[in-house]
Amino acid sequence: MAKNSKKGKIVIDRERCKGCHICIETCPNDRIEVDTSLNAKGYAPARFKETVKEGEKGCIGCAQCATVCPDVAIEVYRAK
Amino acid sequence: MPSEKMLMNGSHTVGEAAVRAGCRYYFGYPITPQNELPEYLSSRMQDVGGTFIQGESEVASINMVLGASVAGGRTMTSSSSPGISLKQEGISYMAGMELPAVIINMMRGGPGLGNIAPSAADYFQATRGGGHGDYRTPVLAPAGGQELADLTFVAFDLADKYRNPVMLLGDGLMGQVMEPVVFPDFIDLESLPKKDWKLDGCKGREPRALYSMLLGQQGELYKHNLHLHEKYDRITAEEQRWETKNTDDTEVVIVAYGTAARIAESATEELEADGIQAGLFRPITLWPFPLPALRELSQKVPKIAVFELSMGQMVEDVILSVGERAEIYFHGLPGGIIPTPADVAGFIRSVVKGDGTVGRRIDV
Amino acid sequence: MSEQIEYTKIFSRPESLKDNPTHYCPGCGHSVAHRLVAECLDELGLRETTIGVPPVGCAVLAYNYFNFDMVEAPHGRALAVATGIKRVHPDKLVLTYQGDGDLAAIGTAETIHAANRGERITTIFINNAIYGMTGGQMAPTTVLGQNATTAPGGRDPRLHGRPIDISRMLAVSDGVVFVERCSLSSFKQIRKAKKAIKKAFQCQLDDLGFSLVELLSPCPTNWKMTPKAAWDWVTNEMVKTYPLGVIKDTTGYEDKK
Repeated sequence: MAKNSKKGKIVIDRERCKGCHICIETCPNDRIEVDTSLNAKGYAPARFKETVKEGEKGCIGCAQCATVCPDVAIEVYRAK
Repeated sequence: MPSEKMLMNGSHTVGEAAVRAGCRYYFGYPITPQNELPEYLSSRMQDVGGTFIQGESEVASINMVLGASVAGGRTMTSSSSPGISLKQEGISYMAGMELPAVIINMMRGGPGLGNIAPSAADYFQATRGGGHGDYRTPVLAPAGGQELADLTFVAFDLADKYRNPVMLLGDGLMGQVMEPVVFPDFIDLESLPKKDWKLDGCKGREPRALYSMLLGQQGELYKHNLHLHEKYDRITAEEQRWETKNTDDTEVVIVAYGTAARIAESATEELEADGIQAGLFRPITLWPFPLPALRELSQKVPKIAVFELSMGQMVEDVILSVGERAEIYFHGLPGGIIPTPADVAGFIRSVVKGDGTVGRRIDV
Repeated sequence: MSEQIEYTKIFSRPESLKDNPTHYCPGCGHSVAHRLVAECLDELGLRETTIGVPPVGCAVLAYNYFNFDMVEAPHGRALAVATGIKRVHPDKLVLTYQGDGDLAAIGTAETIHAANRGERITTIFINNAIYGMTGGQMAPTTVLGQNATTAPGGRDPRLHGRPIDISRMLAVSDGVVFVERCSLSSFKQIRKAKKAIKKAFQCQLDDLGFSLVELLSPCPTNWKMTPKAAWDWVTNEMVKTYPLGVIKDTTGYEDKK
């Protein structure tokens, strides 16, 4: 089991996302990737990498992604 | 209780009337010949717990008025011709957003910086918008001290009733005239109708937004303009004001407003002594212009003599009203020249004789 | 092994922001700034007692996004309009939200004088060094060498004059009690920006004077950059002309670390 794999999770509203990808640049644990399947507005939205592979760090619920997201497209959850 | 009869300067009269009419927010900038008005209000507003700001410009002042208006206050600004030019943007926005406010213009000689003498060359500016877009503002033209007081009350009432900017059009002479005035009693602010559109924080309700930009593709701006003009049609139907004197059985009627009307009135007294019956038709609302009343009068009177302190602006509304129903004559003095009653009487004599020595016949 | 983990939501849209998707470009600073303002108003419990004045600019439709009373103002006049509002409702929080053209070109007089009078108003100043809504013309804050449609080849001091630092100019006035410049181009700076905005609102609540937060803001579209490149340009280049930090603070507040 990867370290801290379930400490946090995010939910991205892919239709709200405008594909600026700043969240991808910002996430310290590389938990977000580009979804090449375009949304209704024609953007390639960000997508949460829910599965934590071997050697990867999981989402820690730091909310840096949501803080930088211009479109309030990300909700962040932390484990209790 | 109405006040005692007082002798008061015209600008002070407007200020005192505004305060009694419930104005608690004044924003203005000095410009001759109306400086006495902000000066008066700078202390009078303190008496009644109101706000006086000498804004950094006429532009800033009209926008402060916009803000106070949207917040629900009875608010006013004042200036003179060049400063009123600066206010046109704000007035257009307020008309578009349907915000009440009173704007006082004590006209001076123009165009440009002109001079500080009384002139009445802002009729077009006042009645034809002045600012951009399809809007109108009611314009009231007092012709003396008592009317300066009474029409200030009317201005605030019209502004609130129709949610529109309203202009009170005076001139340098009106601003300085010293006449006896009886002021109506102070209006109880609590008795005024509530403004259910104002901004005061969205507690207990949905937030409101007021704006004049309507970019939508569904004809929103088109519909809004139709709505505004339905309002202007109502104002036109219900708010025309004018005064007539000796217009029965007369061969010539003078059409004049404001200071020009006072001089014309004195001229008619002089003419009467010479056996010339000249009537007076004095528009009090310049917009809506009392067209139907003047049209009806022109069917009974052979000659209409328009006298203005300008190169001829109201005369166009007279032409619209009268057409070919009567002969139209015009005499005007621009640039702050104030004629004597004898000068105006000379114009009327020329009209009666038809010799064209003073003024000219308008060819319609 | 399956785990049932219970999560608590720790980040979502603030109540002072409506649910409407914005028309702002991908990576635009406005969207972040709107959210920060909304978060601060929520945290201070001010949504129902706030009245705001948006600019003419990309944020002209801010009333579709902010969930409180707002009134449009003619271009540049927001602080005069806000002055009128505040004098009628001194007990409400009155804020303006303005771009660089609105605040420092056409509105310069209204800005300087409202600030100088010490109006109890807070201004959120979005500086993206360009005129966005009208398609990329030079702004008073466009930096030297920066390209703009009315400064082809880049801003030249002889041809176009130098950029203006309006925040430092305002700081000279005794009516101004708090001015801070932050950027919206990184997580750290966005967090600092939020603190600055909250402090600015507090100045108004405490009747201290005029407060302003300048936010250096990325404009990917008119700078003709990707969002990431635009954010980096703010972080690395724009701050050379507009250094970040507190420009004036006579509040006497002790900053919580």
